[in-house]
Amino acid sequence: MSGSMEFLLWTKGAMFNIAIAIFAIGLLVRIAEIFMLGRAKNFAEARAGEWGPGLRTMFTRTVADPGTFQRAPFNVVVGWVWHIGFLTALLLFLPHIKLIESLTGLSWPALPNPVISLVTSVTLVALIATLVHRMTHPVKKRISTVEDYLVWAVVFAVVLTGWLAYYRLVNPYPLVLGMHILSAEIMLILLPFTKLTHIFTTFIARWYNGAAFGRKGVQS
Amino acid sequence: MSELTLERGLAAFRAEVDGPVAAFFSSCVHCGICAQACPFYLETGDAKYTPILKLEPLRRVWENDFTLWGKIKGLFGLNHKVTDEMLAEWEELLYDSCSMCGRCSMVCPVGNDLALMIRKSREGMVQAGHAPEGLIAASVRAIQTGSPMGLQWKTLAVQIQHVQTSSGLEVPVDKEGAEYLVLLSSMEIINFPEYLEAITKIFDHAGVTWTLSTQCFEATNAGIQIGNKDIAAQLVERVVAAAEKLKVPKVISPECGHAFTAIRWEGPNLIGRPYPFRVFHIIEVLDELRASGRLKTEGMETDRLSMHDPCNLARKSGVIQQQRNLMNLVAENFVELKEHGKFQWCCGAGGGVSSNERAEPLKMAAFKRKKAQIEEVNPERMVTMCATCRTQLEEGLEEFNMEIPVVGLTEMIAEHLVEKN
Repeated sequence: MSGSMEFLLWTKGAMFNIAIAIFAIGLLVRIAEIFMLGRAKNFAEARAGEWGPGLRTMFTRTVADPGTFQRAPFNVVVGWVWHIGFLTALLLFLPHIKLIESLTGLSWPALPNPVISLVTSVTLVALIATLVHRMTHPVKKRISTVEDYLVWAVVFAVVLTGWLAYYRLVNPYPLVLGMHILSAEIMLILLPFTKLTHIFTTFIARWYNGAAFGRKGVQS
Repeated sequence: MSELTLERGLAAFRAEVDGPVAAFFSSCVHCGICAQACPFYLETGDAKYTPILKLEPLRRVWENDFTLWGKIKGLFGLNHKVTDEMLAEWEELLYDSCSMCGRCSMVCPVGNDLALMIRKSREGMVQAGHAPEGLIAASVRAIQTGSPMGLQWKTLAVQIQHVQTSSGLEVPVDKEGAEYLVLLSSMEIINFPEYLEAITKIFDHAGVTWTLSTQCFEATNAGIQIGNKDIAAQLVERVVAAAEKLKVPKVISPECGHAFTAIRWEGPNLIGRPYPFRVFHIIEVLDELRASGRLKTEGMETDRLSMHDPCNLARKSGVIQQQRNLMNLVAENFVELKEHGKFQWCCGAGGGVSSNERAEPLKMAAFKRKKAQIEEVNPERMVTMCATCRTQLEEGLEEFNMEIPVVGLTEMIAEHLVEKN
């Protein structure tokens, strides 16, 4: 028990600080790399401004257009399910809110635990579905790299250990909680160096896309 | 020109990496949705045509040279380098199987503008010596003769004579101070001479002053299709010089999609300054004449008509409502293809694919998406407003034994003009 408690305290202490530092510095560097590259001045007469269409695309791209939905319903639905599930568990589970409150002072109401537990179970199933899809769909199989599987494994580990900890399915409890925290920390550390960056950069990408199309008079 | 090498290619790739490119590659999650927007993938079923995969050379250059992580990986020899063999393999992916239609850019969930990055990648491919023969030949002809098809003014002069005889109207040439300088595309001059007669009649009808220029009549830009800024800029400068010499305030791009995006959106950036004139697609001009009551038509087409939006005009330039206004003016039985406007499907021939002879089988494969769309609404005729799209539709429909004639919208409008007293 004492070993597992030490492990838990380490994940909550030294390791947490290391993870946050690597995450923050790495992400800052990545974002700086993007903005420092900038864009060349555009001399073509614009049909419309860039900001409005850019901001709209930042949100509208979350929903697939009807044609794409019809052609790739599995991809779209499963992607939605696990993203929403992950975010719900991350942001609306009471212990997570308490953690965020201790770090930032911000707090909001939590969802009842049984709801979170159901959402987490669904997320796990959806994540397994994305893995099967990645390994079997010809396009996904062709474009997937080691990084895709690594990131999948880390994200899955975060959700799975959280689920195991909630149901006290591993003994001793500090061990499984420590594993959950550690996997979340690994995810934070990997974030700036892998496709996990999209959590932040997708909004920049979408803005650029919306802005480029928008100035030509098309809402993208 | 000095020798084209991998080093030059890599330098050109590097020169294309900017903030948007970095944001796009940082965001890709390999979901593969872009493939669902690509007619080349959908109609061949070959996963190598997935749009994001086509961008792998540019992605590697970005990761290796523009990210801290990539540089650290490089120190340990863990990065994937772009090699000459790789670029040779990617030539087919970046040219033969992409019309830069931009549909993938519209559906990517993380917002990647993939078509923009294909355009950028081609700059690197040219410098590395991996551009298709067909496009190289077209670019050389464009620089040497002014036309990618090697067409000279004397050919156009003969056509002008024909138009003047048949219409009884003057085709103005080198008229200083006209409102519009009219540009044409060689494809149009050769395949669709009726376009010139149509605008001659329409502009006479509407009292528009216009002119052709003996100095520059070609609107298309082979430099943009192949991906060479120097060639592209030279071709744009010719248009600018002609417009400046004739002191026109407006320039009209013809029924050609890429010519319009080339001169309208890329042109000023290629030459690094704004134009002293404004640029319009002929369809924008016609709709403006309609809106201001200067285009008076009579009679309606009664057969079932549908319309193909050229990618470069609709999705990539925002000209979507104008052609519909014009259709409604002269067609009483107009039916839309299911996915149209900014979500239309490419005909398969744009972005230099049609100038690249070896891409012919892929071009026809991609057309099957358009064919299926046409079959869905079963029109008696198709209408479009781009000579490349029109040629592809005609060839494709013939290939599949579908007897559906294709007409240009400008000509159709010209046929309905109210006769002057």
